Amino acid sequence: MFIINCPYCGERDQTEFTCHGEAHIARPDNPSEISDEEWGRYLFFRENPKGTHFERWTHDHGCRRWFNVMRDTVTDQIIKTYKMGEAKPEISNE
Amino acid sequence: MKYSLYNLVKNSFSYHENWEKAWSSPDLKPEYDVVIVGGGGHGLGTAYYLAKEFGVKNIAVLEKGWIGGGNTGRNTTIIRSNYLWDESAALYNHAVNLWEGLSSELNFNVMFSQRGLFHLAHSVHDMQEITRRGYSNYLNGIDAEILNQDQVAKKIPHINVNGRYPVLGALLQRRAGTARHDAVAWGYARAAENLGVDIIQNCEVKGIDISNGKVVGLQTTKGSVKVDKVGLVPAGHSSVLANMAGFSLPINSVPLQALVSEPVKPILDCVIMSNSVHVYVSQSDKGELVVGAGSDAYNSYSQRGSFDMIEHMMAPLVELFPIFSRLKMLRSWGGIVDVTPDRSPIIGKTPVKDLFINCGWGTGGFKATPGSAHVFAETVFRGEPNDIAAPFSLERHFSGALVDEAAAAAVAH
Repeated sequence: MFIINCPYCGERDQTEFTCHGEAHIARPDNPSEISDEEWGRYLFFRENPKGTHFERWTHDHGCRRWFNVMRDTVTDQIIKTYKMGEAKPEISNE
Repeated sequence: MKYSLYNLVKNSFSYHENWEKAWSSPDLKPEYDVVIVGGGGHGLGTAYYLAKEFGVKNIAVLEKGWIGGGNTGRNTTIIRSNYLWDESAALYNHAVNLWEGLSSELNFNVMFSQRGLFHLAHSVHDMQEITRRGYSNYLNGIDAEILNQDQVAKKIPHINVNGRYPVLGALLQRRAGTARHDAVAWGYARAAENLGVDIIQNCEVKGIDISNGKVVGLQTTKGSVKVDKVGLVPAGHSSVLANMAGFSLPINSVPLQALVSEPVKPILDCVIMSNSVHVYVSQSDKGELVVGAGSDAYNSYSQRGSFDMIEHMMAPLVELFPIFSRLKMLRSWGGIVDVTPDRSPIIGKTPVKDLFINCGWGTGGFKATPGSAHVFAETVFRGEPNDIAAPFSLERHFSGALVDEAAAAAVAH
């Protein structure tokens, strides 16, 4: 993970980027109706997988844009980077 | 065999070749009353206090690797209790109280050294923060001294108080210090086995059997085992084990690095911490400088941190202590720490009956080892947390009663 492929700028050094945690977490549509437990789960609980992780990064020292990264948390190998709003890639079982 | 002067002299006649092993490697029995998953300091300590204070006879500790090879042996060995909030102060000071008697309690020298810890302040805001925390410590009966720049310059040898981020003062806890971290795991392992605890190394838990909402067994790489109660103390793998039991945790696992320098003669007689320029350093009894700083921001189970973090540690170290600039760094390593949203641990019940969890110590679990183990043993035995452990329940993430040490003292542990 020394080089990260920004979907806007191309390959840049890892130190230009910051990780901001798990991606694809949708804010509940009805925050005033859901229970404390559901709200707590949305705010704090995370998948934290040992394996493929989908996460948000920003290119702080570059285009300053946000994008998503699919990465293996055991090897730190980046499998794919993709723009915000694009669908979550499938996890292959190879 | 008790470690004593008598036995030391006696064994010297046989050239120290006949000391018995500190703990053995028994086979996994088919059934236990309590199984502790995770053979670090917190897990071994839990087993020890369960056997000693609560009279539980049939206990096993399952360790995936070897004793002392996980986070217990990977930290920077700092011990302190000057936390802001009452809940944390009670928990961490309980630990310091136990640290003070630990070597004689375990009959094992854990080299606990109360050499004092200086938490440096570099700005007006920092001074306000340490003043607030210092007074909070007074109220909680924790020793704290608020020092100005002259006092810091006088007390800490070789420090440069006039760097780019000048040192304006410090919060000193004299009861804080360091201990030899792997000795803590070894000491608890030996003492626990003397009380009949089975310590099973190279035994990874692969599955958790649940029947009618109650934990009934574990699947391990050494076979399956029936259990009455289970305590999960799996620092670095808390989410993995929780997932096996069918629930998730408010945790992200991230790498935290440390490194040591070449050994030199005694030069630093205290522990230095700075949140603002972010480095902490002490000198081990071997003479190495032990240096740590922040964790990486991305989730990882690789036990390896990023290169740029090493530079982030070294730059403030050299700025604070220009005399260290020509030291060579010998080794660096990483551990995986389980970080909670409020930087406070999770101790207590889980959605599964008789399955308890002690995790989420983030970057600062070592200092809490005896206190954490002690309150968790009571939690497992009684089925309910005691007054010290109660605020650290998993439920706080639903009620909102977070113990927010992240905002209170930045994050350096």
